[in-house]
Amino acid sequence: MNEKLRELYRFRELLYMIAYRDVRVRYKQSIMGILWAVLMPILIVGAGIVVRYGYAVASGKPLQTGDVASVAVKSLPWAFLVSSIRFSCTSLINNQSLVTKVYFPKDIFPLGAVLASLFDFFVASGALVIFLLAIQVGWSAQLAWVPLLLLAMVVLTVGISMVVSAASLFFRDVKYVVEIALTFGIFFTPVFYDVRMLGSKGQWLLFNPFAPILEGLDACIVRHQPPDLPWLAYSFTFGLIVLLGGYAFFKHLEPAFAESI
Amino acid sequence: MSDVALRMEHVFKKFRKGEMYDSLRDLIPALTGKLFRRQELDKNDEREFWALRDISFEVKKGEAFGIIGHNGAGKSTTLKILSRIMRPTKGSMVVNGRLSALIEVTAGFHQDLTGRENIFLHGAILGMTKREIQSKLDQIVAFSGIEEFIDTPVKRYSSGMYARLGFSVAAHVDPEVLIVDEVLSVGDYLFQRKCVERMKEVIRGGATVLFVSHNLKNISEFCDCCMLLEKGRAVMTGPAHEVVSNYLQQSRSSQSEEAGSSAAFISKVRVRNEYGECARFQSGEKAWIDVEVKARACCTKLAIVLCITNDNDEIFETSTERLGHGSFSLEEGEVFSCTFELSLNMPTGIYHPSIMVWRHATQTGYDQWAPAATIYVSSEDDVQGIAHCFPKVVQKGTRPASDANYVLTAGAAATESESSSQ
Repeated sequence: MNEKLRELYRFRELLYMIAYRDVRVRYKQSIMGILWAVLMPILIVGAGIVVRYGYAVASGKPLQTGDVASVAVKSLPWAFLVSSIRFSCTSLINNQSLVTKVYFPKDIFPLGAVLASLFDFFVASGALVIFLLAIQVGWSAQLAWVPLLLLAMVVLTVGISMVVSAASLFFRDVKYVVEIALTFGIFFTPVFYDVRMLGSKGQWLLFNPFAPILEGLDACIVRHQPPDLPWLAYSFTFGLIVLLGGYAFFKHLEPAFAESI
Repeated sequence: MSDVALRMEHVFKKFRKGEMYDSLRDLIPALTGKLFRRQELDKNDEREFWALRDISFEVKKGEAFGIIGHNGAGKSTTLKILSRIMRPTKGSMVVNGRLSALIEVTAGFHQDLTGRENIFLHGAILGMTKREIQSKLDQIVAFSGIEEFIDTPVKRYSSGMYARLGFSVAAHVDPEVLIVDEVLSVGDYLFQRKCVERMKEVIRGGATVLFVSHNLKNISEFCDCCMLLEKGRAVMTGPAHEVVSNYLQQSRSSQSEEAGSSAAFISKVRVRNEYGECARFQSGEKAWIDVEVKARACCTKLAIVLCITNDNDEIFETSTERLGHGSFSLEEGEVFSCTFELSLNMPTGIYHPSIMVWRHATQTGYDQWAPAATIYVSSEDDVQGIAHCFPKVVQKGTRPASDANYVLTAGAAATESESSSQ
């Protein structure tokens, strides 16, 4: 394992190049350019506002700016997760000629896909910061939790990306399964809603390892409260297990990539 | 021990024929099916296919090693195992030093990126650091000869430009061990020459090179040692020119067996000097070519045509008939043999004699070995072209341009005697 990581480090420049290529190609071909990074979050926020408005009407309470802010804060990580998994899922298949013709650690492909999505995430975050300043959410010392929460998000995402990229190389229909999971996953993840809105049963949703991360971000950015630490620890542990397991899974299958693709 | 750059020991590689389950939709029913019908497992064994069987070889540091063989003989599989793209089913291998594989020179290109961006991307794929690429950028661009279009997306390139750029990047990686698979055949003639020169430079620079090519001339030119693969087995390993001639010989004989319908066929061609079979000659030396033709059925008015080609052109042709020996006839089962004597008046190079059995009356060829052999001619004189005229400079001197009547001292006897007679 140690040796594998050292090899990955040796090829780090290739990782940046692959991520750079993905970003460059994505932005080059689209008229919208950099707007591409914020388009998906904007759509998610739009959908979230509709859901929140519906909830507000049903419960008789008016829609607050805090609600809009929390939807916006949660939509970025979700967009990151979706695009990372979607791109990494096809990353090995789309680079077939490289997989079969050149030797280098192949984990560079899912990692590159995550890295490219992370770039989009930071671009969109810039826009989000401006938006949050504009609606005067304010700040507190709780913001110090944000890097840790983002780390948990990346760990989990990389782990899942490893698994789906290797699996979709062997079984082409994994792609469709993943697509369906991503489409409906948003209903099982507190993006449009808060876990608190579902009352005591809402706690069950926190078993979704992405949920405590989103709730945590919402708590420390919008509500100025510390995140729910036990649940965050759960997310972190879950993410680490997925990452280590996913990496081992990927590396175990890697020698068979060239002949199975 | 330590001077070994590459070693393979008893390597086997197994593939599966037929379709594999490549979707969950097929796999799940198949797995449940298997639970109930155990005996089906045995069937899988018949579908196995050994791409490599018991391959062992060793390449010393700084050596160039060639691998030849027909399509599907296992050449690319060998390279993929060495470059660690695939893992051998059995056996072990050792690679000492930074290895770089040129298996497909344009594999890393992305259509939408410009030439310059692709140089960086492809360089990184081949294991170069950004700084390394930066420092070699000008060289790479100049080598490819497409300076004008370097900031154009490669999707607008012609296929030749595309391949040239790919090779240019690849050629500037300096690895300790270089694996090359059939990449020298890109671009036009001039660019190919450039690639060949560059390869020689890499070899001279002390790199170990493993070389796979269908271009036998390149193999015999670059490689010290060569291995012939056939259906996954190493049939012969030895000095490159011997293995190459053997390979040619072999493919000829298998060809004429396949063309088994013709009435007369060539059964043997042998190039020799006074002492025996030989492939290396000095310019001007004599060579003999023995030819044997067998008849399956009665045939008449036959002639044997001998033709010699270099890489591009036919440089010489004659036949038994043209040399004044008339035609010959064969009864069923008879063998005709003849020997051509030649003076090899050509400059340094590689030449391929071809033999054909020809019937002049009907303008039909019965059998043909083209090329029938490969010979290497070397000359101490630096001459170019297709013929060696054994030139010597017998006189030289300098005179002022204004004095047309100035008479050279040496070798001017003829002029002097002319003037004295007047």
